[in-house]
Amino acid sequence: MNKGDFVSIQGKSGCGKSTLLYLLSTMDTNYEGEIWLKGELLTGKSPNELAKVRNEHIGFVFQFHYLLPEFSVLENVMMPALKLGLKSRAEVEHIAYEKLKMLDIAEQARKRATQISGGQKQRVAIARALINDPDIIMGDEPTGNLDSKNADLVFGILKDLTNSLGMSMLIVTHDDDFAKRTDRVITMADGKIISER
Amino acid sequence: MNNSVLVKIARTHLVERKKQSIIAALGVTFGIGTYIILMSFMTGLNGLLDGLILNRTPHIRIYNEVEASKVQPIEMADPFKDSGFVHVVENVKPRRSHASIRNNQGIKLALQKDPRVKGITPLVSARVFYQSGSVLLNGNLMGIDAIAQEKLFNFNQYVIGGKPDDLDNSKNGIILGAGVAKKLRLKVGDYVPLITPNGESMRLKIVAFFQSGLADVDNTQSYVNIKTAQMAANEGPSYATDLYIKLKDIENAIPMTAEISESFGVHAVDINTANAQFETGTSIRNLISYAVSITLLIVAGFGIYNILNMLIYEKMNDIAILKAMGFSGGDVKRIFIYQALLIGIIGGAVGLLMGYGVSVLISKAPFETEALPTVKTFPVNFELAFYIGGSLFALVTTFFAGYLPARKASKIDPVEIIRGQ
Ligand SMILES: Nc1ncnc2c1ncn2[C@@H]1O[C@H](COP(=O)(O)OP(=O)(O)OP(=O)(O)O)[C@@H](O)[C@H]1O
Ligand SMILES: [Mg+2]
Repeated sequence: MNKGDFVSIQGKSGCGKSTLLYLLSTMDTNYEGEIWLKGELLTGKSPNELAKVRNEHIGFVFQFHYLLPEFSVLENVMMPALKLGLKSRAEVEHIAYEKLKMLDIAEQARKRATQISGGQKQRVAIARALINDPDIIMGDEPTGNLDSKNADLVFGILKDLTNSLGMSMLIVTHDDDFAKRTDRVITMADGKIISER
Repeated sequence: MNNSVLVKIARTHLVERKKQSIIAALGVTFGIGTYIILMSFMTGLNGLLDGLILNRTPHIRIYNEVEASKVQPIEMADPFKDSGFVHVVENVKPRRSHASIRNNQGIKLALQKDPRVKGITPLVSARVFYQSGSVLLNGNLMGIDAIAQEKLFNFNQYVIGGKPDDLDNSKNGIILGAGVAKKLRLKVGDYVPLITPNGESMRLKIVAFFQSGLADVDNTQSYVNIKTAQMAANEGPSYATDLYIKLKDIENAIPMTAEISESFGVHAVDINTANAQFETGTSIRNLISYAVSITLLIVAGFGIYNILNMLIYEKMNDIAILKAMGFSGGDVKRIFIYQALLIGIIGGAVGLLMGYGVSVLISKAPFETEALPTVKTFPVNFELAFYIGGSLFALVTTFFAGYLPARKASKIDPVEIIRGQ
């Protein structure tokens, strides 16, 4: 993938799309071959180094929205930035609030992560993936739970980020309309890439 | 590395499980609290008993025993030296000899120069009868140097109703045994008539009472100054029946006792031989206190281990998310160790307060005993070391209780958890 590419992955259920994302996001290290990010070989790095890479360079949105249930929406979004520790708490809070605004759920910021709907959770998870301005966002059906209006909103935001910040997007989706609007579509079957458009 | 976010996560986990966290913390509270109460009370008690026995008893007592000569004169006669003759002397009796320690002033001067000796003081024991109308009670006068007895052997702890120094201030003063006083219905300021074995009578003024708690002693023994006792014994100013020695280090008691009886040819007995059972009691009390409090703290440790283990199963998802976000295994481990330490610190702090509070209450509770007329409340030893030691032990226990679950959490594979959904 090149910088600023918007790529989608399609394929039947069980063909290995999530598995591919786990590998590329460095969470799973059980693979053959090499993974490179920004000219740096990630294969063979220690778990601690990989954690740092994930924190700084990779934003991940899970197939099932995964938020920390005991924290507020805002705190969930802030968490990766607090871990990175480059900015003050106040700055981080401000940026997190901006991201929530961008995804149109700022009014839920103070609520508990458990008190909002599934679609809202999904958007909070996207805001969280964006908080450290990563080089690449990997999404496992990030719009799966969203109605078409919100799916459009998310697509628009991701598209903007590729244009304005040069972020790369690698998104698994079952939604053909979504896939059609991306720069490139990768199709998988039985754990292999079978076509690219 | 941003620790504050780890602490925040740890704190949130605990606050969300208030009940379990409080129960785990209470375990630590009771562990530390009990440790402090037990140690303060037990060492207080030990100190009291030290005062009772170690501080009041001479480390070495030199005395003169009236006994038959070991070598009978006939054995020294030529016919019985190295010859096959045998002599038979039946019914050997001790010569009527002085009860006084021979050359006691010389011994005293020599031992005062010994660097191991803290102090040495002579005593004069004299038999008397307390007279009350036509009734005569058996009694024993002890002539003492009151100031030395107080300084070396806490004599003041036995004295009620007056001060030991009053013996030196008034020429005919007596510190009367409490049992005698009760029998004869005497009070401080009264005169008590005495009769010596030689038939002479004396009138002594009661300046205070003496109470050891041992009825046999209190019913017979009274204290006077040395001169008065020498008078009662009808002896001169060099007369002394006992020499009490206090050492700087009690460990020297046994070797020095042997040395003294060897070089001065006197009888001497050391405190260990006289009170052999004493140290056993002290060490057993210490052992019990330590065993009970360490058991409690270990139980508290298991409590923490348990709650963290449960928490980690509940928090599998969160751990996977944190790792996906870029938290390392070490970060996750630290989150759970912080939780254990938070429980330990909060529970421990409350435990310190509880231990202190209860110790104060105990130290105010009335405790009256015949043996200790000057002690009115329970003895409690408020020693900072117990508080420091208790805190350290609590931190170490909670750390280890938290470490095992935390390490397990750090090893959780996020992919496995996320796949499992
Ligand atoms: N390249 C591969 N080699 C071996 N096993 C694979 C490979 N790709 C996928 N698998 C296995 O296939 C199973 C399903 O994979 P995965 O969950 O990635 O599918 P998916 O495409 O995400 O399906 P869904 O659309 O339902 O989410 C997993 O158990 C995974 O281990
Ligand atoms: Mg999948």
